[in-house]
Amino acid sequence: MAEPLVFHFVVDGDNFTSAGQASVQVKKNLRQLGLEPETIRRVSIAMYEGEINMVIHAGGGEADVIVSDNCVEIILKDCGPGIADIEQAMQEGFSTAPDNIRSLGFGAGMGLPNMKRYTDYMQIDSVVGKGTTITMRVNY
Amino acid sequence: MNTYIHSVSLDAEKCTGCTTCMKHCPTEAIRVRGGCAEIDSERCIDCGECIRNCTHNAKKSSYDSFDEIKKYKFKIALPAPALLAQFDNLDNIDYVLQGLLDIGFDDVFEVAKGAEFVSAYTRLYLQTEGIKKPVISSACPVIVRLIGLRFPFLKDNLMPLLPPMEVAASMAKERALMQHPELKREDIGVCFISPCPAKVSYVRNGFGSYKSEVDLVVSMSEIYLLLINVMKREKVCTVSSQAGRIGVSWALCGGEASAIINDKIIAADGINNVISVLDQIEDGNIPPVDFVELNACPGGCVGGVLTIENPFVAKNRLHTLRRYMPVSLNSMPPGESYVPAKYFFLDIPNYKPLSRLSDNIGESMRLMSQIQAVRKELPGIDCGSCGAPNCRAFAEDLVLGHADKNDCIIAYKELIKKYIRDYSGGETVDGQ
Repeated sequence: MAEPLVFHFVVDGDNFTSAGQASVQVKKNLRQLGLEPETIRRVSIAMYEGEINMVIHAGGGEADVIVSDNCVEIILKDCGPGIADIEQAMQEGFSTAPDNIRSLGFGAGMGLPNMKRYTDYMQIDSVVGKGTTITMRVNY
Repeated sequence: MNTYIHSVSLDAEKCTGCTTCMKHCPTEAIRVRGGCAEIDSERCIDCGECIRNCTHNAKKSSYDSFDEIKKYKFKIALPAPALLAQFDNLDNIDYVLQGLLDIGFDDVFEVAKGAEFVSAYTRLYLQTEGIKKPVISSACPVIVRLIGLRFPFLKDNLMPLLPPMEVAASMAKERALMQHPELKREDIGVCFISPCPAKVSYVRNGFGSYKSEVDLVVSMSEIYLLLINVMKREKVCTVSSQAGRIGVSWALCGGEASAIINDKIIAADGINNVISVLDQIEDGNIPPVDFVELNACPGGCVGGVLTIENPFVAKNRLHTLRRYMPVSLNSMPPGESYVPAKYFFLDIPNYKPLSRLSDNIGESMRLMSQIQAVRKELPGIDCGSCGAPNCRAFAEDLVLGHADKNDCIIAYKELIKKYIRDYSGGETVDGQ
């Protein structure tokens, strides 16, 4: 059994030009490992959505992608405003993104639902005013 | 095992080992070893970036010599539309076509004509139910190989229609056989006048199980030099162009896509831009479009490394040339409601996924953690002096046993400093 591999990323807040870079890098790494294209795609979509969320809502944060023998785990941690009502946030189309973000084509309210759709496990731990940690797993 | 025949190669005599090509290679296929660049043929996608960037003309593309056409009894020229953009003040395509006859061809069949059929059938194909969108153009062979090696998930998005060159080649042969019943198939030589080396690879390797109908691929710049000697304004042309704006515009980025006559298109050019568009499509992070046209070369085919004129001037010329042309001179037979089987290719080549560390995931993970550890020890300045394009690639080469740690000049400098320190009994070289 191989030791789990950890890829660590710092996601820069308020910088849309670099948003999405971590998911592109993760994709490259997973390709090198030889994971199935479908697994890679699911991880990179979930990762991309999470990364964008951290930039829009939380001013950035940190991401860890842990590859073990049978799954890829993504842990996204931020010190943003937190999510007051997780159930509501999970509804498709619900968004608290401000207008300037929507005008960039983001904020359609599909981020969290997509993250759930493309992963096998997802947990949100959030404290209002403190921050949010999202743990996702894609089995392979 | 590698059986792929490439059309990009190196002239070791001219190569100075300067690392320029290595830095520009989009697939990190080049290493500089022993003062000379080496191309990893499994990774090379024939994009021609190294040829474009080499300052010593050491990177060559291989193509057929024009003389080889002599072995065929009936010679057909297949000019790519980019050829039309090479001439200053050209106001009539017929001069170019006549010129091709004058340099020794028996017949000319414009690839632009083939392109207009492909455009018509693309519009029809896009209406097929159940196809994976966005449909990605398969006309540029670099893109097809890139997707096969690096974006396997997008394989089903590739448009399964043959590229204009192929369509033109089969139509040209059929026409010749009909007009000259005395000819046998093997008497006919179809010669594509190419803007890029990638088409040479495509023709030599075939395409999946499909074998190309093109017999020779010659360089546009070689033909250009022959043509300017025979093209004369006062000459009476015996041939006339059979393509319109749609066909001619295929030479430019956006030409193929705009022929879809629909706004749900994206067209990108330049290999690095293409890669980011593919990344975005793979992440599902792109607006819902029907069709994506991707060109490896800047500006589209007019930016190919075998062209003479720079792509921006070429674009301007084509804009002028096409102004008074009809939209299209070729369309499907009236009432046709499906794409005929002969326009399809059945399978795309099965390439080994690029950059996989090992065939076993556990082994790959072990290697990657070693790479991560080695990477941390390296200076991270991506200088390329070690012969790998960046420190990460060098770390990979080290772990896979393709490089030596002392190839890193920074590490080597530290080693020398240490020797001097040890030798001089503790004093540092810079006197600190």
